[in-house]
Amino acid sequence: MSLLTIDNINKAFGGVKAINNVSFELPRGQLLALLGPNGAGKSTCFNMLNGQLKPDSGSIKLEGVELVGRHPRQIWNEGVGRTFQISATFGSLTVLENLQMVLLSRDKKLFRLWTPAASYYKKEALVLLDQVGMADQADRACSVLAYGDVKRVELAMALAHDPKLLLMDEPTAGMAPKERNQLVMLVKKMVIDRNLSVLFTEHSMDVVFEHADRMIVFARGELIADGSADDIRNDPKVREVYFGSGKSFEAA
Amino acid sequence: MTLSGLLVQLLNGLVDASSLFLVASGLSLIFGVTRIMNFAHGSFYMLGVYVAYTFVSHMGESVGGFWVAIILSSLVVALLGALIEIVILRRVYRAPELFQLLATFSLVLILQDLALFIWGPEDLFGPRAPGLTGSIEILGRNFPQYNLVMIVIGPAVLGILWLLLNKTRWGVLIRAATQDREMVSTLGVNQAWLFTSVFALGCFLAGLGGALQEPRIPANLALDLESIGTAFVVVVVGGMGSIPGAFLAALLIAEVKALCIALGTLHIFGIDFPMSKMTLVAEFLIMAIILVIRPWGLLGKPQAAARNDHSAEPPLRPSLPIFKWCTAALVLALLLVPVFEETFPYAQIILVEIFIAVLFAASLHFVMGPGGMHSFGHAAYFGLGAYGAAILVVTWKLPMELALVAGPLLAVLGALVFGWFSVRLSGVYLAMLTFAFAQIVWSIVYQWDDVTGGSNGIFGVWPSDWLSSTTALYYLTLSIMLAGILILRRILFAPFGLAIRAARDSDLRADAIGVDVKRVQWVAFVVAGLFGGIAGAIYVFSKGGISPEAIGVGRSIDGLVMVLLGGVQTLFGPIVGASIFTWLHDSVARETDYWKAVLGMIILLIVLLFPAGIVGTLSHLWHWVKHHILLQTKKEEASK
Ligand SMILES: Nc1ncnc2c1ncn2[C@@H]1O[C@H](COP(=O)(O)OP(=O)(O)OP(=O)(O)O)[C@@H](O)[C@H]1O
Ligand SMILES: [Mg+2]
Repeated sequence: MSLLTIDNINKAFGGVKAINNVSFELPRGQLLALLGPNGAGKSTCFNMLNGQLKPDSGSIKLEGVELVGRHPRQIWNEGVGRTFQISATFGSLTVLENLQMVLLSRDKKLFRLWTPAASYYKKEALVLLDQVGMADQADRACSVLAYGDVKRVELAMALAHDPKLLLMDEPTAGMAPKERNQLVMLVKKMVIDRNLSVLFTEHSMDVVFEHADRMIVFARGELIADGSADDIRNDPKVREVYFGSGKSFEAA
Repeated sequence: MTLSGLLVQLLNGLVDASSLFLVASGLSLIFGVTRIMNFAHGSFYMLGVYVAYTFVSHMGESVGGFWVAIILSSLVVALLGALIEIVILRRVYRAPELFQLLATFSLVLILQDLALFIWGPEDLFGPRAPGLTGSIEILGRNFPQYNLVMIVIGPAVLGILWLLLNKTRWGVLIRAATQDREMVSTLGVNQAWLFTSVFALGCFLAGLGGALQEPRIPANLALDLESIGTAFVVVVVGGMGSIPGAFLAALLIAEVKALCIALGTLHIFGIDFPMSKMTLVAEFLIMAIILVIRPWGLLGKPQAAARNDHSAEPPLRPSLPIFKWCTAALVLALLLVPVFEETFPYAQIILVEIFIAVLFAASLHFVMGPGGMHSFGHAAYFGLGAYGAAILVVTWKLPMELALVAGPLLAVLGALVFGWFSVRLSGVYLAMLTFAFAQIVWSIVYQWDDVTGGSNGIFGVWPSDWLSSTTALYYLTLSIMLAGILILRRILFAPFGLAIRAARDSDLRADAIGVDVKRVQWVAFVVAGLFGGIAGAIYVFSKGGISPEAIGVGRSIDGLVMVLLGGVQTLFGPIVGASIFTWLHDSVARETDYWKAVLGMIILLIVLLFPAGIVGTLSHLWHWVKHHILLQTKKEEASK
């Protein structure tokens, strides 16, 4: 059985159909790329998966458990981690504290009023930060980091409770090409090692074609293609959408 | 209750709805375009009454003269509004909401003292409106003719505003700006003048609302805060920025109040409910209900997120050893103060006042700084704690030691209820709701004579014998304050402290890592309420009693000023702020009748020049100096 099953979801904002009858599945241990031009509905899809938005209709199941109608908090509890297109971290906390927050939340220790937070999970948090190469900046405030570094912290936070499903909305924005590759390789390694499932969007096609196991393409809220790198490259509909938007597919 | 009685009350409701609408429509208009919640709007209304008093007294003998005087008064108020907008408010449009609210509140203080200076402290009864001094008979009851005119004026002004907003270019611009502020700047409109003109129009309406009251009520200095509370409620219930919404809400609230009065005292289950006294509570209850089920009001639209960015604040770090030593030295010095009683007889008394203020400010800082929730009604918890303790001692005859512990539990109860509602909102809406709750507490205390002693308060609440000397009370207050500060500080460094700062920085991220943001904020509210309540309880014993004035809007605002004066970004800020504020209050208030104006100027100074407060500014300065000296020495080394 697939880890994630999305069945006929819809979402409209006023008159705009942001997501129109979309269905797809995501098996365990797969790195699935979600492609599509600006405004295609990618972020909207992510927001419905983690409970930020409620679909107008349709069903989203994680291992058979219905996620529609649940709060982001509960969906996180089911084992879904996510990063945001415009990254969201806790600016006035240090990088280390950001990670400690997740670990405290995982073990339901947020309401402890006495022992200083600094003494909780320091080692574990540093290990997580080390994975994304941020351990040496652990003591800096998140608000003063370079944007690419914030993205890395956010990824470490999304991974901290050892999720089954990871959602990443443009995880490499603001990074140099080399860094992008490294980051996606890191995620790919976890997909293999931990049998993690990942859904991510990415504007750099090189990265996607090199690492993704499979890709799906959205255009104007509809799913227009689903398959391997070769399938997608040769899909006439995909070519039309990308040339139509004035974007060269190979060079993008 | 008779049918004619009810009818007359409903007609009175219509009269009130008209005057409410005039004030609230201006407030709503101003908020819609400038996104500033103008605390001083009630002050413009009050000035309308005063200026009309002067004009009508001089020229209002003829019918024509009276109405010219009314219009002239409104224009004077509009002009003053325009002036204030240009000189002060233009500088705060980009400031965080909290500072905008405070800037307009400083105007309340300054304008009140201005009115005191010009017209004096006495209530002023103005002449009646010529030609409308009689009354007509409705079902055998007299109804003043002037009130009939009032009933007509509300809908008439609504009609004129509608024409203005829909049929003129200026009106179209106002509506466009209300919907999308960015758009107006792209239209190539001079935004500054659009804002000024809207502010002037809003003040004109407030002034008109006031001027029209001149024949009905005496001009007095309490009109500003009385009217602003209700005007806020109307605007929030109607939907911020919506004129028809304001009209609907004014009608709803005025009629509900009229009904309360018509009902008189109800007897339910053997308990008397004096409904006629519940009018203030009724309007705030309506607001609380509307805010929870329809947070953007009857005809309003959901607002964009508040501009209160705390996320650039530096992380909390453990104190340096030198700071710890300095604190220890300070505590030691405080412990030694009673030894020098002969030389400074007054020191312990003022210090007790300072300690209470420090604890109160620190508890407020806990919710508004790390918690990011700008409570404009923290006096509620101070008041509940104080009255809780006082009632336990005087009515229940409990010993002081027990009352000191149990009194604040009433504050915790209040915080549990008010906090539950408040954390569902954010930004200006949260500020307004907390303000509303504090008003409810105040009006219950003020009106529930049997239990709270009404306007007289409760007196004769003295400490137990072993604590009755000045010095004993001094040590008690000092230790409670120190314990309170240390506990609050400890909590801020604990996981929960991390969680409230995280929830403040990004609720999006907090949600996405399983944090129950509302629950975290609720608990933060309760913690702050507890310590606010403790401050209130100890206050009662230091003063020997409590009265409604001590728990009014003034205390909430004093708390905000203390926190901001010291600096909201540091934990030490509120302590410094509360100390300096209390000392300043004590020494300045003795010298002048115009303490409020002084306080207003202090607030403006903070908002316009030192937004980081004293401690924040000093620490910026320190970093700047360090940086420059470092640079200098580096340069010198390089040149060698
Ligand atoms: N909260 C909202 N209210 C109204 N419309 C929205 C909202 N969120 C998204 N939309 C609209 O839905 C459509 C899809 O937006 P979405 O953000 O999902 O696109 P995207 O594929 O993530 O684009 P990008 O690559 O620019 O991030 C767009 O037309 C957008 O304007
Ligand atoms: Mg997107």
